[in-house]
Amino acid sequence: MEILLAFVIGFLFMAATYLLLSKSLLRIIIGTGLLSHGAHLLILTMGGLGGEAPPVLTDGARDFADPLPQALILTAIVISFGVTAFFLVLAYRTYQDLGTDDLSLLKGSDELE
Amino acid sequence: MLQVLTIFIPMLAAILVPFFYKIMKNIHTGWFVLAVPVTLAIIYSTYIAKVMEGDVFSATLPWIPSLDIVFVSYLDGLSLLFSLLITGIGSLVVLYSIFYLDKQKEKLHNFYVYLLLFMSAMLGVVQSDHLITLYFFWELTSISSFLLIGYWYTRDASRFGALKSMMITVGGGLMMLGSFILLSIMGNTYSIRELIGMMPDLAQHPFFTWALILLLLGAFTKSAQFPFYIWLPDAMEAPTPVSAYLHSATMVKAGIYLVARFTPIFAISELWIWLVTGIGIVTLFWGSFFAVKQTDLKGILAFSTVSQLGLIMSLLGASAVAIHSQNAPEAIKYAAFAAIFHLINHATFKGSLFMIAGIIDHETGTRDIRKLGGLMSMMPLSFTIAAIGSFSMAGLPPFNGFLSKEMFLTAMLALRNFDFFGFDTWGTLFPIVAWLASIFTFVYSFYFVFKTFAGHYKPEQLPRKPHEAPIGMLIAPMLLALFVIVIFFIPNVIGDMFVKPAVQAIQPFLYDTPAAVDIHVAAWHGLTPELLMTIGIVLIGVLLFVSLPKWQSIYQHFPQTFTLNNAYDKFMVGLDVGLNRLSRRYMIGSMRHYLLYMLGSIAIIVIASLIFKDAFTVSFDDVAPIHPYHIILIIVLVIATIMTMLVKSRLAAIIGLGAVGYTVALFFVIFNAPDLALTQLVIETISVALFLLVFYHLPEIKRKSATAPFKIGRILISVAVGCMVTLVALSAHSQKLVPSIAKYYEETVHDLAGGGNIVNVILVDYRGFDTLFEITVLSIAGMAILAMIKLRMGKKEGQHENK
Repeated sequence: MEILLAFVIGFLFMAATYLLLSKSLLRIIIGTGLLSHGAHLLILTMGGLGGEAPPVLTDGARDFADPLPQALILTAIVISFGVTAFFLVLAYRTYQDLGTDDLSLLKGSDELE
Repeated sequence: MLQVLTIFIPMLAAILVPFFYKIMKNIHTGWFVLAVPVTLAIIYSTYIAKVMEGDVFSATLPWIPSLDIVFVSYLDGLSLLFSLLITGIGSLVVLYSIFYLDKQKEKLHNFYVYLLLFMSAMLGVVQSDHLITLYFFWELTSISSFLLIGYWYTRDASRFGALKSMMITVGGGLMMLGSFILLSIMGNTYSIRELIGMMPDLAQHPFFTWALILLLLGAFTKSAQFPFYIWLPDAMEAPTPVSAYLHSATMVKAGIYLVARFTPIFAISELWIWLVTGIGIVTLFWGSFFAVKQTDLKGILAFSTVSQLGLIMSLLGASAVAIHSQNAPEAIKYAAFAAIFHLINHATFKGSLFMIAGIIDHETGTRDIRKLGGLMSMMPLSFTIAAIGSFSMAGLPPFNGFLSKEMFLTAMLALRNFDFFGFDTWGTLFPIVAWLASIFTFVYSFYFVFKTFAGHYKPEQLPRKPHEAPIGMLIAPMLLALFVIVIFFIPNVIGDMFVKPAVQAIQPFLYDTPAAVDIHVAAWHGLTPELLMTIGIVLIGVLLFVSLPKWQSIYQHFPQTFTLNNAYDKFMVGLDVGLNRLSRRYMIGSMRHYLLYMLGSIAIIVIASLIFKDAFTVSFDDVAPIHPYHIILIIVLVIATIMTMLVKSRLAAIIGLGAVGYTVALFFVIFNAPDLALTQLVIETISVALFLLVFYHLPEIKRKSATAPFKIGRILISVAVGCMVTLVALSAHSQKLVPSIAKYYEETVHDLAGGGNIVNVILVDYRGFDTLFEITVLSIAGMAILAMIKLRMGKKEGQHENK
């Protein structure tokens, strides 16, 4: 399973990179979203996908999934959410003030003229 | 200790100079400054008697003891000679500057602070026995020289000259630092004396040649040797006292000092002998040849300084020959003596000539030799001094230049008889080039003095009506001219006092004491080949000087494009323009291109290191089994990703991203991560809502035509990044070194933390700090969003300005 997921994660990274290199601000932000999904899945996969039970102490369960990557991912999800929200508003304000979301036009002010 | 502090006396005095300048405005600041070099000269002359007997004085002052860095004042024959030159000529130059610089018009405090700083630095250079402090003082001379050349900083030429000399000398200084570091690694000591002691071992070391070349680069740049002499003529924009002091008598001799000081270490090398002698003789000829071309008085003197420094350098190179054979010709042993003797002579006559050039500039308002002429009757004293200096420079009796020139020719003739290193074949070139250079030296010496003082008086071309300089200004050059004559008559007294101890310091392998240097200088040494050569020089020199108007125009035919100055200018401009152009090529302001570079480099570096380090492995042990759910989820994920990537409608893209997010949540579910699944679901929902909200205000995604290369690059980089992540993931998963620490959490979560949900306990208990700062991140993001929406200051101000 881990082997298969490694390819899927690679695919997610490829798609994210492709989107990051586009001109439109929207697609770049979507790209960062895909990138964080890829990264989260990567952390989970690298921790190993074995384990019969969720990491919660219950009667009878002995073989837990690794809790540490899960804690790391939880932190990462929240942080990437915060950053994504910030980016979104930044993109919104950029469009409001500058009137474009085309990255190739968002250069120094001297070249806008 | 006290001996070391003496070096710093000028620096300490420099602190007081501005106070004297501000408080006592009626008295020329130079009078206060004059006391410093005079005192130092008296202090150093008390050492003469002892040093003559071969004693050395050494004192240290710790600076950074843990790194073994100390200030050392080491006075042997060589250091003492230089110290006396620095303080002695320094006194005369300060005296001269008092009359040369106007106390109302000039910023005297700046001038004397720089000059005193320079004096300290120069004393430090010649007395340091420690490599690092020697470098420290060396660069201090470069900096103070830079400040002095740029003293009239409102002139373009001054700033250009200052920058040029700074670039070249500091560049050479850095090379020298490299050599010093290599030397200290080779000998495991910073002390030059100790390095000299281990000379035969050093020569076997693999760094030896590098240390040699780097050291010579430092010495050649400072001493204006070919091809680094180009800064010296431009440094003539400095006030004349500075030119006389730094650029004839002291700083340019720092390189000579360095070569002399390190001769006992490097003389063993054939490369050293060839480089020092060869470059010296080339510089000698080159400088003397182009001196005749100059029309500026100080320009002539600058080239003449270059040429004379080459002469001294070639003699030092020849003196290194003596280490190789005990039965080397006697005359070769004279070379070091001749070098030091000429160094003293050059300091006297060149100092006086610079001062005369300054006087002429001061009294007539021009230094252009084409406008000058016929000043002999108006300025008889200046003429006398100039004639003494020039005749000495040309090597005529009864002036000291004659004696050193004779010894120089003797040494060059003797090089032929040296049968190592190909000198028996090529050695003949040295006396020939030396002889030709001497002829040009003769010509430019006469050119300097007679074109200025003889010939037609052209009052209409002179900015000022010339008359004799004030006596105060003439004292210093007169004293120097007096030395020029006195040394001719008592060369052996000078030899015993100064030259022999210095020679003993340069050639400790030949002489144990200064008294062992058995050389007697005689003004009349019989009808020898060198005397015949001198007669030839005079005859041909006079002939050439008389016919000068006929052939001086050949200098116009030298193509300007091939000059070294042009090469330097082209290099500097090319560096500036080229680097600018290079930056503009890749710093194009486009984020997408930068991302392309960054992601591409990351992918290339990681994949290449995986390949070259042979790190890629795949292992199918320890993998979880694949369920049909997994396959379905993966298919959904891939389809959603492709959709996100390729759709044109922004709504479809958001839905695609949402689908990816929810699929990831489902992955979390089946991989036993309930908390993650919960969080992912909630956050994905909020994110999608946010996307929708924001996208409502943004325009539709437009398909913009990108350039074809960029499209291909984009696809290539994307695929490369994808491959990189997959390869790294596979390799990392296949080679785990240590097992997870999760067991510890599982075993202790109940007993130590009193919880059951291991993930939550990790978040708030084991690793609670992460959570704290994650909360901080969220609050900062929230505040930033609020601030971005609420605060519109920039815009309001902009509107105000537009109104």
